[in-house]
Amino acid sequence: MTASVLPSRTDLPRSQLAASWDMSVRAFRFWLVDYRRTWRGSIYSSVLNPVLYLGAMGLALGRLVDQHGTASIGRVSYLAFLAPGLMAASAMQTAVGESLYPVYTAVKWQRTYQAAASTPLRPGDIFRGHVLFTAMRLTMNMTIFLGIMAAFGAIRSAWAVACLPVAVLTGLAFATPLDAFAVTQSKNDQAFNVIFRFGMIPLFLFSGTFFPITQLPAWIRPIAYATPLWHGVALCRALSLGTVDVAAALGHVGYLIVIAALGLAWGQRTYRRRLHV
Amino acid sequence: MPEPEILIRAHDLTKRFGDFTAVDGIDFELRRGEAFGFLGPNGAGKSSTMRMIGCVSPPSAGELTILGKDPRTDGPAIRARLGVVPQEDTLDVELTVRENLLIYGRYFGLPRDLIAERTASLLEFVQLAERADDPVEPLSGGMKRRLTIARSLINDPEILILDEPTTGLDPQARHVVWDRLFRLKQQGVTLILTTHYMDEAEQLCDRLVVMDGGRIAAEDSPRELIERYSTREVLELRFDVADHEQAADKLADVPAERIEVLADRILLYVDNGDGALTVVRGLGLEPLTSLVRRSTLEDVFLRLTGRRLEDG
Repeated sequence: MTASVLPSRTDLPRSQLAASWDMSVRAFRFWLVDYRRTWRGSIYSSVLNPVLYLGAMGLALGRLVDQHGTASIGRVSYLAFLAPGLMAASAMQTAVGESLYPVYTAVKWQRTYQAAASTPLRPGDIFRGHVLFTAMRLTMNMTIFLGIMAAFGAIRSAWAVACLPVAVLTGLAFATPLDAFAVTQSKNDQAFNVIFRFGMIPLFLFSGTFFPITQLPAWIRPIAYATPLWHGVALCRALSLGTVDVAAALGHVGYLIVIAALGLAWGQRTYRRRLHV
Repeated sequence: MPEPEILIRAHDLTKRFGDFTAVDGIDFELRRGEAFGFLGPNGAGKSSTMRMIGCVSPPSAGELTILGKDPRTDGPAIRARLGVVPQEDTLDVELTVRENLLIYGRYFGLPRDLIAERTASLLEFVQLAERADDPVEPLSGGMKRRLTIARSLINDPEILILDEPTTGLDPQARHVVWDRLFRLKQQGVTLILTTHYMDEAEQLCDRLVVMDGGRIAAEDSPRELIERYSTREVLELRFDVADHEQAADKLADVPAERIEVLADRILLYVDNGDGALTVVRGLGLEPLTSLVRRSTLEDVFLRLTGRRLEDG
């Protein structure tokens, strides 16, 4: 026997946490090998997406907004207002893109999850490996986004550097529950269209990305407050504009961490139920 | 002779899905070095049993010990020492043949150079060496199966689990797979496999159980099962559709151990097929076709369950 055996509960020399990390990294490597085929194309869209949005909305539409007065957005240029919000929204999009269909493909069409489940990897490791890969993709895309924001002159404060971890965390707050949900879908992928149309698009439009949610009717605002995207948008914007309030920032981060952690706990269950039946 | 080493021991093993009992309290043992088969129609509970052995499906009741460990608590450690060839291919078809083995080997925590070394010899073994850097997608069904077998061996497993290894393959591809599995068996790899092909069971298995409706109907070597549950020869008669029923009635007078009236044929279980055919003709019956053959596991299954294997 030459295979390195995952320590069982009885002969576990390291901590459970270290073992889980090691196993999750093994699952992560699958996505990494898979990504080697498609990374070039993904980089193009990671660059093109922010350039087009910041150009069209930030500069072109922004000129119009700026001419009409920017009191309601805090007397900054529309570009400076919009860019950090778009960054958080872009993190959400990246997370959704790496969660729903890739998970469904892995569990239903290609059954690569099932292949992994017949090795020492546990369902939770397979789940966390996928989350790790999503975190890597988020870090890549958000680094590019931040660089393009800087190139557009849309950053007002050195605190903007902290937008990177905040946007990654925002993405993870979407990725973990969406992974957990996607793995439960066994018949078809129709639920994903519902999520796109009635979840992602309204969030994208109404979470303060393009205009402050104080512009919305009062009764609808609590819905925006409950979504992870608003917290990501609000905190990225405060960091980028240099208007951070520490208590509010901690609240936003805390909220995002709680959602991401709940998603992790939920996925641990749904992956086990799907892969160990 | 030393006592054979028991690698898997199942006692009263049960798997339920809601109200449905897929595996209904089965007992069996797997010994090191043997090829052990589960023969039965679709829905007999074979795959559920394999998934429990593969530690990806917790038993609902009963005892299961694999390599001395309990799959409920030691699943990862057991799976590290198993090789699994699932019923449906789980290859990543967009990656190359070599990348599929690399990823799988990494799941077991094997170092890259060891994986590369094993990949070379395993691809040689399954006759895919020249396709190593091709994507999996365009490979034929038989090639994908062989790749899955190579992949299942990457961790040098102590037990190789094969769930219907040749289902869906054309006859030629099946024979290539059988040949490879036979070589593994000769190399001393312990095999546990399911099949609903009696010829597969006869060719590969040292010992097998006949499974039906979640239960084990019989257990022995293929030859012993045939001797115990069937006769030396079988006389197969085919009559004109119009005469089928009538002929079946008349055949009751032929001295056969057992007569099975199927939809399209009548089977007479006898020790001497040619002798029985003479008796049939003596009764004034003239079958359209007649065939004298050896008994097979198909006959054993028919005897034990009253159904044919492919009926499912």
